[in-house]
Amino acid sequence: MTSLTASHAADLVAALLFILSLAGLSQHHTSRAGVVYGIAGMVLALVATVVVAAQSISAGAVTLIVLAMALGAAIGLWRARRVEMTQMPELIAVLHSFVGLAAVLVGWNSYLEVEAHGADQTRIGDDLLGIHHAEVFIGIFIGAVTFTGSIVAFLKLSARIKSRPLMLPGKNALNIGALAAFVALTVWFTISPNLPLMIAVTVLALALGWHLVASIGGGDMPVVVSMLNSYSGWAAAAAGFLLDNNLLIVTGALVGSSGAYLSYIMCKAMNRSFFSVIAGGFGIEAPSGGDEEQGEHREVRAAEAAEMLAQARSVIITPGYGMAVAQAQHPVAELTRRLRERGVEVRFGVHPVAGRLPGHMNVLLAEAKVPYDIVLEMDEINDDFADTSVVLVIGANDTVNPAATEDPASPIAGMPVLRVWEAEQVIVFKRSMASGYAGVQNPLFFRENSSMLFGDAKQSVEDILSALGTGGRGDTDPSARQATVASH
Amino acid sequence: MSAEERSHLLPRRIGVVAESVSGETRVAATPSTVRMLLGLGYEVVVEPGAGEASGFADQAYADAGAGIGEAWDADVVLKVNAPSDAEIRRLRRGATLVALLSPAQKPELLQALADAGITALALDAVPRISRAQSMDVLSSMANIAGYRAVIEAAHVFGRFFTGQVTAAGKVPPAKVLVAGAGVAGLAAIGAASSLGAIVRATDPRPEVADQVKSLGGEYLAVDVVQETSTDGYAKATSADYDRAAAELYHEQAKDVDIVITTALIPGRPAPRLLTAEDVAVMKPGSVIVDMAAVQGGNVEGTVAGRAVVTDNGVTIIGYTDLASRLPAQASQLFGTNLVNLVKLLTPGKDGQLVIDFDDVVQRAVTVVREGDVTWPPPPVSVSAAPAAPPKAAAAAPPEPKRTRLTPAGRLALIGLGMLAMFLLVAFAPAQLAENFTVFALAVVIGYYVIGKVHHALHTPLMSVTNAISGIVVIGALLQIGHESTLVTTLSVVAILLTSINIFGGFAVTRRMLSMFSKG
Repeated sequence: MTSLTASHAADLVAALLFILSLAGLSQHHTSRAGVVYGIAGMVLALVATVVVAAQSISAGAVTLIVLAMALGAAIGLWRARRVEMTQMPELIAVLHSFVGLAAVLVGWNSYLEVEAHGADQTRIGDDLLGIHHAEVFIGIFIGAVTFTGSIVAFLKLSARIKSRPLMLPGKNALNIGALAAFVALTVWFTISPNLPLMIAVTVLALALGWHLVASIGGGDMPVVVSMLNSYSGWAAAAAGFLLDNNLLIVTGALVGSSGAYLSYIMCKAMNRSFFSVIAGGFGIEAPSGGDEEQGEHREVRAAEAAEMLAQARSVIITPGYGMAVAQAQHPVAELTRRLRERGVEVRFGVHPVAGRLPGHMNVLLAEAKVPYDIVLEMDEINDDFADTSVVLVIGANDTVNPAATEDPASPIAGMPVLRVWEAEQVIVFKRSMASGYAGVQNPLFFRENSSMLFGDAKQSVEDILSALGTGGRGDTDPSARQATVASH
Repeated sequence: MSAEERSHLLPRRIGVVAESVSGETRVAATPSTVRMLLGLGYEVVVEPGAGEASGFADQAYADAGAGIGEAWDADVVLKVNAPSDAEIRRLRRGATLVALLSPAQKPELLQALADAGITALALDAVPRISRAQSMDVLSSMANIAGYRAVIEAAHVFGRFFTGQVTAAGKVPPAKVLVAGAGVAGLAAIGAASSLGAIVRATDPRPEVADQVKSLGGEYLAVDVVQETSTDGYAKATSADYDRAAAELYHEQAKDVDIVITTALIPGRPAPRLLTAEDVAVMKPGSVIVDMAAVQGGNVEGTVAGRAVVTDNGVTIIGYTDLASRLPAQASQLFGTNLVNLVKLLTPGKDGQLVIDFDDVVQRAVTVVREGDVTWPPPPVSVSAAPAAPPKAAAAAPPEPKRTRLTPAGRLALIGLGMLAMFLLVAFAPAQLAENFTVFALAVVIGYYVIGKVHHALHTPLMSVTNAISGIVVIGALLQIGHESTLVTTLSVVAILLTSINIFGGFAVTRRMLSMFSKG
């Protein structure tokens, strides 16, 4: 066993550990083991690579590696500890951009090592040289698109720029033109590699990544983030081709296809085609006649809502991005706990694209200590709305819009939605009557069994809590509860 | 002009007056609806003793923020029943009156109000469109009356409603027939079935069957279709229907213990559903509640406002004040309907009543405006009612049908893909071919590994894949120190960034997973 064969063996074991890690992450009871597998695989891969590399490089370079890693580790751990769960989408987007940028740097390094030397280079055999040229370009292209795309996503998610979709004239033509230009540049580069072409392709890819994500609106971010996750995987795989490293290829492909699968789940939840997401061109259809008033809405106050909840048999809460914005998950969790103590069945119905990240709502609710077995997905809970006394819609809008199933002219027609309107009573927490992300008016608000609770979601839930609390905190005595109800 | 200017400065005063009709226990506002009226910017004055019969003391109104005193000279007077001539004289010229006015039946009342210079809004003229439902007094009163009809029947009926097996013997459940499944009928069905009775209901509209069922009743269809088909008539004549219905009622009368009839046609005498013969076959001790008594009754022998007992011991209840027999509830719902109407008429929430004749609801309820009789309103045109714009649906381009691949087409596509793969690897240099094999297999594994991911774990999965894709660090590790300073510098940057990714990604995943807990 030489150190080189040992390193190859380590690569294989690491790849298997990564597969186990992803497999573990798909179920609750195996998820923690999954992370351990992932860490083990990463440690193994890094140690093997560093040991092999250390044999051929100077001590100074090894020191640099250790320093860079230590600094990176410190920053990473610090951010991981400090990040608010509502800011997870931003963190994930930033991390994607790092992978993208690293892939670009690796691509450039490879150019500097091989192509920059012209005919004098000795690293790559002549038969593989043309392929290497193309691989450099592909690696840089994917990396750069991931990099700027993720930066824009980060800026949008952290509200540093407007989340409105950018609409340049002929945006689809721009995207396709950029792709065509990339193919042309790649062909040119394989024939005569030179520095201006490297710069051209990098700038082109950076611009394309920026434009792709800039033209997607804030509400479609779950798809965008999982798509960028996929891109970052492909970028790593491209680097693997470039360096002839199987571990990179395997890992990149795993991440890439899992990200693509997540995007597919998100697309299905929005009834949009996968292609239109990748092309970055949706969410722009003009809302058709959505703005007109559709009737009278009714208002309730927190005290009345509390009364309805106190008398309910079963309650379903459907959270949306508005809950994250208002940081309302903690009072919502407290409300859940209080109602469950009173013997009310409380469950959560989560739409797959609720929030700005796949699974965003689940993480927020978990943070607030809501048990995960009462947090159900749309398909698991949609048939139960009809037997439910009260539904609380907190910061969700388009995902509970009956127009999606009932109005074929609606821009969101055909999108699967939570059928909250089948419940006896629906209370909608909302700041105003403004329409949701898709710019579509929501007929739910004008249903006979819906009432609106206007105001900041967090404040409203806290008001309900204090109204519920008049009978004493955690009061489970039914006679006392009756008295509370009767006094209203 | 000056008077009008002044009225723009001051919030208008709403007067809540006492009812003079004997037996009327309702009041047009309760302390809680007074609070809502104050919230719309009005001043509220309540006549002393107005809420007494509903159980609301003057002090309760005062506590809610109302003044107690002369309410008849207010700018807006809220009332339940139509005013008498003496009461009309107490109203201020130019005032607005809101009450139940039955404009179709009482043209002389409208004229009297017009002569007195009053603007009159009839609560019973609210159009039956969904937007106006929150103001529909007739519906909310019918709901209460339906419930009360069951309670009145139970009061007279000498037995339990629910069936029981006791030590003292078996008690059969009471059988209740509800004729007409409108608002009142449905309320009666719900109340009777929750008392444990077996409830059946009839209605000419078969589409109400589901509503009846949802409240625990059994829908009895009047079977006319069979008859007509044997006659060869294309359409059921109403005579056919009536004959079939009469048979049904006769059959049911022999069987049931309690009958509640709710059939009312606005402005016409109530249809006769049960004849004297039907009543004669009922069991002694049975009870009939005729909710249509005020219009002549659905049952032969009904006396409006009274309960009578027939020769065979059947009690026929013809009370016309069923809603008033639940005064607190009726006042609360009536008052809330009124608040909703006032809210519609106070767009600025500034205590200024504005009547917009372009609004269908406001046009319909306004039966007298500033001395002119404006009843009846122009017919409600369907297009003015808020509804989904039908034109938009027609104009929208037909959705391009998603073409589903035929099995053969799918097979061909897979075949083409396989061929492309084959050619790619066959003609590629050995190293690329190997890389490609690994890549293709890993993509497939990735897809299947993720296929069953729990929806709650999407975010942790994403952050762990994020950490793993930091593996690109290997590229930089292999490049560092081999070439120029530039390469080394770029590599150091790449290592730094990907290390943030690796450590941050794993750490945040662990943190998230530790938060998930089972209940």
